[in-house]
Amino acid sequence: MDFSAINPTVLIASLMVASTPILLAALGELIVEKAGVLNLGVEGMMITGAVCGFAVAVESGSPWLGFLAAMAGGAVLALLFGVLTQLLLSNQVATGLALTLFGLGLSALIGQGYIGIKPPPVGDVNFGPLADIPVLGRILFRHDIIVYFSLAMVAGTWWWLKSTRAGLILRAVGESHEAAHALGYNVIGIRLAAIAFGGAMAGLGGAYLSLIRVPQWTEGMTAGAGWIALAIVVFASWRAGRVLLGAYLFGGVTVLQLNLQAAGLAVPVEYLSMSPYLITILVLVIMSSDRRKALGAPASLGRVFHASS
Amino acid sequence: MRKLNFFVGLVLAAGLAGAATAQDTVKAGFIYVGPIGDGGWTYEHDQGRLAVEEAFGDKVETIYQESVPEGADAERALTQMALSGADIIFTTSFGYMDPTINVAAKFPNVVFEHATGYKRAANVSTYSARFYEGRAIQGLIAGHMTKTNKIGYIASFPIPEVIRGINAAYIHAKKVNPDVEFSIIWAYTWFDPAKEADAATALIEQGADVILQHTDSTAPQAAAEKAGGVITFGQASDMGEYAPLPRVSSIIDNWAPYYIDRVQAVMDGTWESKDTWDGIAPGMVKIGEITDAVPAEVKADALALRDAIAAGDYHPFTGPLNKQDGSAWLAEGETADDGTLAGMNFYVEGLTAQIPN
Repeated sequence: MDFSAINPTVLIASLMVASTPILLAALGELIVEKAGVLNLGVEGMMITGAVCGFAVAVESGSPWLGFLAAMAGGAVLALLFGVLTQLLLSNQVATGLALTLFGLGLSALIGQGYIGIKPPPVGDVNFGPLADIPVLGRILFRHDIIVYFSLAMVAGTWWWLKSTRAGLILRAVGESHEAAHALGYNVIGIRLAAIAFGGAMAGLGGAYLSLIRVPQWTEGMTAGAGWIALAIVVFASWRAGRVLLGAYLFGGVTVLQLNLQAAGLAVPVEYLSMSPYLITILVLVIMSSDRRKALGAPASLGRVFHASS
Repeated sequence: MRKLNFFVGLVLAAGLAGAATAQDTVKAGFIYVGPIGDGGWTYEHDQGRLAVEEAFGDKVETIYQESVPEGADAERALTQMALSGADIIFTTSFGYMDPTINVAAKFPNVVFEHATGYKRAANVSTYSARFYEGRAIQGLIAGHMTKTNKIGYIASFPIPEVIRGINAAYIHAKKVNPDVEFSIIWAYTWFDPAKEADAATALIEQGADVILQHTDSTAPQAAAEKAGGVITFGQASDMGEYAPLPRVSSIIDNWAPYYIDRVQAVMDGTWESKDTWDGIAPGMVKIGEITDAVPAEVKADALALRDAIAAGDYHPFTGPLNKQDGSAWLAEGETADDGTLAGMNFYVEGLTAQIPN
């Protein structure tokens, strides 16, 4: 056993990278659910974003175009879900599950020619001398731009939901679509916009996997990350700050347990292996338990809205 | 439900009518644990399926299902495949062992081929490859190439096949480099590129400069390439797109001859349950090209080892070898028997980690 081999600074830096895809997807889903829509197709949108981003980045040589394409791909797929559930009033749960299956198949098809290809590299943001600060420099100032973007989005989402008129309207739509409709808000339009945003964020999370974290295209490479993102939104009681905590806990414990194994910790590996799931759920449940009220799910979550009803 | 029973009965009756006779056309089914595009394990099984199609043309129809979870869901997929009229079904992962046996009992006229398991029945054969022969060669190269004397090993599940691989690699790394140490991470998955990449990164950050993997995707190769100064080996498939560095060699599974042989047996009505365990000599295990990143004399050693194993002159588990707890296992010159190897649940002396239960 040699724990000196584990460098805490490197560990924290790694966990930020490992958590980012889930964080992005969960933030998107948070907005979708706050608008009262349950989209279970996060996994499908992530993997579609992963392949769209990869393909465009490889063809154009620009990872930035790749990230844009990933967001577009995720949003288009999400809008398919939006049209089906909001305009054609199909069942959200069934449609969301179908979206995941569709996304997995579609991405495998698009990705046929991209197996074993290397994507253009994404450099870290250059903070100059800041990056050389001991400890803090490695943790805070040596990441790629998407990590910073995801953190900015946490703050942005929190502020937007809490303090802006648009955020208030979105929450109103999610709490009571009839009331929002009666007030003259375009419920369907707002929900479609939220769904598209959710898709774009999931797509970006997927592209982060295929362009930075792994980096390569492999069929089915999200391997359940979308489901983790969905679970984190629920366990985080639909709050942006707790989504960040949940995603970093999950990513952190995952990376930590791999490092502990590599260092030869004498704890049965089975426990280490399940620890990310257990610890994330436990912490978030305990945090929610002191609230008398229910978990804070939007009241109209998953319910069908039609202007005539 | 009654309708389903009726349907099952109908299929069984149809099956009985055609049993034990030669068949003109055969429907062969394949159950895969990952996607075909994993670039590793499942990819090679699918290459075997394509070879069957090519060999028999119109006389064979193949069907497959990808990413079937190991466990209860596998039974559903298998039942569905048997009901759809498959004559022979290949289940290509260890975790399908019990589902295969269960479903086989319900479909006595369909034959099953389970990869890497040890449970057989009248209509269930098992087959596997002696991957440990390839692991020995990887170990030799790894022992020579490491500068930090720390070799990282990404393992999947603690089953005999994986443990054999770790032991074979360690024994031969130690032989050429007595200071070598193995760090082992159990990923508890066959296929999860992000986790595999994270595992590789964790090992590299802790000083490993050689990564061996027993998981199916090419993600550890990508992670090693990104880190730089690390070498890897292709697993199950050549993974040649990562040559000459980080991938310096590979173990390639070659299932095609076996699959063609077994489908032929069904066609001829000569299929019977048996256990097949082939290695380098019959060509079921191949060693991918050793790249120029490996010094010429190391490459020559590795090829000599391969040829000695193929010729039957050398067995990768040859004594004197002790178990991890120091108790004697093989005496000087003694080689391990297949029974012990098939159920291997211990590390050899020198490995410091513990095997999870």
